[in-house]
Amino acid sequence: MSNEATTPKPVELVNVQIDGVWHQFPKGTRIIEACSQAGKFIPRYCYHPKLSSPGNCRMCMVELGMPKMTPDRKPELGPDGKPLHNWIPRPQISCAQDVSEGLGVRTASPMVEEARKGVLEFLLINHPLDCPICDQAGECRLQEFSYDYGQAKTRFLEEKVKKPKRVEIGPRITLDDERCILCTRCIRFMREVAKDDVIGIVERGSYNSIACHPDRKLDSNYSLNTVDLCPVGALTSTDFRFKMRVWFLKETKSICTSCATGCNTVIGARENIVYRQTPRENNDVNQAWMCDYGRLNFHALHSPERLLSPVVNGKEQPDWKAALASAAAALKAFAPEQIAVITSGKMTNEELFLAAQLAKTLGVSKHDIVPHADAGDDILLSTDRNPNTAGAKLLGLSASTPGANLPAIAEGVRNGAIKALVVLGEDATEAGLTAADLAKLTVLVTTAILPNATTAAASHLLPSAGFAEKRGSMINKNGRLQRLNRAIQSPGLARDDWEILVGLIEAVTDSSLGFAAIEDVVKAMTAATPALAGLSLSKIGDLGVQLEPISAR
Amino acid sequence: MPAPARRIPHPREKRVVFANVDREGYTPDIACYLRHGGYEDLKKAVTMAPADIVNEVKASALRGRGGAGFPCGVKWGFIRPGETKPVYLICNADESEPGTFKDRYIIHQDPHQLIEGMIISAFALNVHLAYLYIRGEFPLGAKILEKAIAEAKANGFLGKNILGTGFDLEIYVHRGAGAYICGEETGLIESLEGKRAYPRIKPPYFPAVLGLYQCPTIVNNVETLCHVKHIVRMGGAEFAKIGTPNNTGTRIVGVSGDVVRPGYFEIEVGSMTLGELINDLCGGVKPGRKLKAIIPGGSSAKVFRADERFTIKVKGADGALVEKEIGVLDIPMDFDTMAACGSMAGSGGVIVMDDSRDMVECLNNLNHFYAHESCGQCTPCREGSLWMKKITDRMLAGGGVESDPATLASVSNNIAGKTICAFGEACSWPVMSFVAKFPEEFAARAKKQVPPPTPPEFLSEALTGGGH
Repeated sequence: MSNEATTPKPVELVNVQIDGVWHQFPKGTRIIEACSQAGKFIPRYCYHPKLSSPGNCRMCMVELGMPKMTPDRKPELGPDGKPLHNWIPRPQISCAQDVSEGLGVRTASPMVEEARKGVLEFLLINHPLDCPICDQAGECRLQEFSYDYGQAKTRFLEEKVKKPKRVEIGPRITLDDERCILCTRCIRFMREVAKDDVIGIVERGSYNSIACHPDRKLDSNYSLNTVDLCPVGALTSTDFRFKMRVWFLKETKSICTSCATGCNTVIGARENIVYRQTPRENNDVNQAWMCDYGRLNFHALHSPERLLSPVVNGKEQPDWKAALASAAAALKAFAPEQIAVITSGKMTNEELFLAAQLAKTLGVSKHDIVPHADAGDDILLSTDRNPNTAGAKLLGLSASTPGANLPAIAEGVRNGAIKALVVLGEDATEAGLTAADLAKLTVLVTTAILPNATTAAASHLLPSAGFAEKRGSMINKNGRLQRLNRAIQSPGLARDDWEILVGLIEAVTDSSLGFAAIEDVVKAMTAATPALAGLSLSKIGDLGVQLEPISAR
Repeated sequence: MPAPARRIPHPREKRVVFANVDREGYTPDIACYLRHGGYEDLKKAVTMAPADIVNEVKASALRGRGGAGFPCGVKWGFIRPGETKPVYLICNADESEPGTFKDRYIIHQDPHQLIEGMIISAFALNVHLAYLYIRGEFPLGAKILEKAIAEAKANGFLGKNILGTGFDLEIYVHRGAGAYICGEETGLIESLEGKRAYPRIKPPYFPAVLGLYQCPTIVNNVETLCHVKHIVRMGGAEFAKIGTPNNTGTRIVGVSGDVVRPGYFEIEVGSMTLGELINDLCGGVKPGRKLKAIIPGGSSAKVFRADERFTIKVKGADGALVEKEIGVLDIPMDFDTMAACGSMAGSGGVIVMDDSRDMVECLNNLNHFYAHESCGQCTPCREGSLWMKKITDRMLAGGGVESDPATLASVSNNIAGKTICAFGEACSWPVMSFVAKFPEEFAARAKKQVPPPTPPEFLSEALTGGGH
């Protein structure tokens, strides 16, 4: 713990009665949240804890009781010594008001149940009820709360309101206005979080429809969060729609590896295919959001170009042992100063730790990572597109300014001083080398998931695993250690990077490291790295661990 | 356009706010207003302490004339003394409740009375920026008000250092956005802020705390603000002597529908019964017709059936409350008795229906209005108002089914009390009361036992292009 730890401010607690039981909550707690904490989940559509509360869906209505006061303004107490209540004769929304001292809440009284049934019926009368072909089916709040408050028969004999369908409201979003329940979560998200107030409501009354500003599209880099927020099937991801029923998706908690922010994610996969990636709440990292760019980057995993087999000197070598032995032998033929290692800020800590071991084993001193920078924003997207620059620095594989050693390596290749190059998860042509430079090398060992100029020039091509195919840890730009989890298996003969590196080291040293599983690598890494001492993948947990502040970036 | 015919006030009227309305030779310019004692009450007001004006308004027991009848002094009292944020005053001139036609005559014929009332109110509330939000459909009224404001400014009643007191005030006319909901005070505030007129949730957005631009804001009706001027002139206690306790002053009622002489009348609150208003002032229902129903306070108010009886409490000779049975026509024209009888004095719009009227058709007319005007922000009103309209549409078209009256009652019940603003009540109260009070007419239109036939465009032949 740091020395500047201050005593936390005392939080004022208020007494609240929920369904007859008294609880204490910190002042400032929303009634709807207090009920959740008391185990009484309140159905809601428009309310979202990270957005403003418009109170428009009316689903979260509860009965509220104010403490009964004696004429001298003192709470009137019941036989249990607790305040009695004056119950407000009309149901009240619970999403927009904070708890107050002595408040009474009834979450399931007849009045409340009747009110919610009424609201749900209203929400459904003009809804198309096209659940069988709706992407939201299975994770739809209309379906969910219909279980609790729905009716088997409709009283609605009229024609439903017709609204626009299949609206391409943005390059990645398809809108079905008929399914929309006008909760305005999407509008509020775009206004309050994405800072691009581009969608709104047009028309009036039951004809209200979500629409985009006439001169614009819903094309923000955060647009797909509106799909996650949409409690019904109105906003759908054009990428995901009609691809897979959500209940078949195996959900794996992981992190996004598209920039140094490390947004927490859920990878949705079935039968070794990733169908979607959605943000997972982590208030220390990404709140509940992620950018479209990071979200859709998973498609590379399923590229038809994926490298499926080791290749040695232009020939497929399906025998990994042979391929690794060949690579090791080729590397060992050179003196340490004739070898350089280029690693990647996209590698996990475990891979970087092993890459450092490999460099050490070969006696190599010339190494660095390849910086990748692009425009970022003030929301989540970092200019550093490497997800683990901090890890590369911590594990000694990055120059203090990432990429600072690359010009020397490039010069060494060009002038012939360097004859053998190991490129892990990068394309050397993005590290200051040209294809012509690469052609000068005698040995070029590379790991990759997709073909590039380096794989084309490689003497030893070792196909590796994509981010959703592996376990491991990364450190984000704020020094938070987080973990990746495996959602799918790698295709073909492609192998997890840590296994490739262990195999390569073992082939170079002709001895066993004794690593049977990634946990063994973690154990060795944490033992050797004071900043990670005592940590393990399970200790990192779903939400990560904040390391002692390290100078990231 | 020919000038509208001037009405001669009925002898039983007591014209205070309407004193200059229909006055022979009276014109809306400031010279005419000044000739008739205009701005003298402002001159008196600025010699008073603002808090004293607020106290006079409290003493007057003036109730808001927009519809809800909320005590004006209590509303003003919500502004905290020593408020550090700017305080705004908004005049709600979005008069759009069906059956209501009073504010427009003040605006058209005596605009300076309103301006003076606003300046006095602003002075009392320490307001330096006031808005006059006028219904979009009143373009002429807006023009007249703009001119009146310019005249008041030119004469030193508005602008900087009003009457040498150091008090500054600007009033801006803002033309409404053409929707009934813009008259709901928080919808009005949103609209004034340039947004869609979606009413705000209360709590937390009570205008007196978090109103225009999240600052304390008082929203008053045109007629209410005019009354303030007269309260300053006669004093709150004197004003409170007009009318009955808790139902003080005069108010303007507009009678429309099936009466011989429809029109507006300024009456002392509680000074006459609904029957006297209809029969004496309006000449009763048309010859050969019988009274059937009355909506007493604008289209949102619950309807009365002509033969309805009520038991109300009145003060007996010894001062104790005794129960008394009265008929519809015996209801005094005040706030409290009207509410005790299950409806409301509302905006003062009295709509009379005679025995030639089909109650399903009348309700359908209102349903059309509310379905068209629902802003659609919150679920019950958005979906329910259109549903109710579709049901009465279908009933009128001959497709009524037996369950329709019960469905109408249930749907209206699922709206009232469950919405963000009072529009929920406004659209559901007519349905509730019409269905409950004229069950025979609704039953007669709801005879079918099966759902109506599928409209032709949804028959399978139409969908499959005539079959295979």
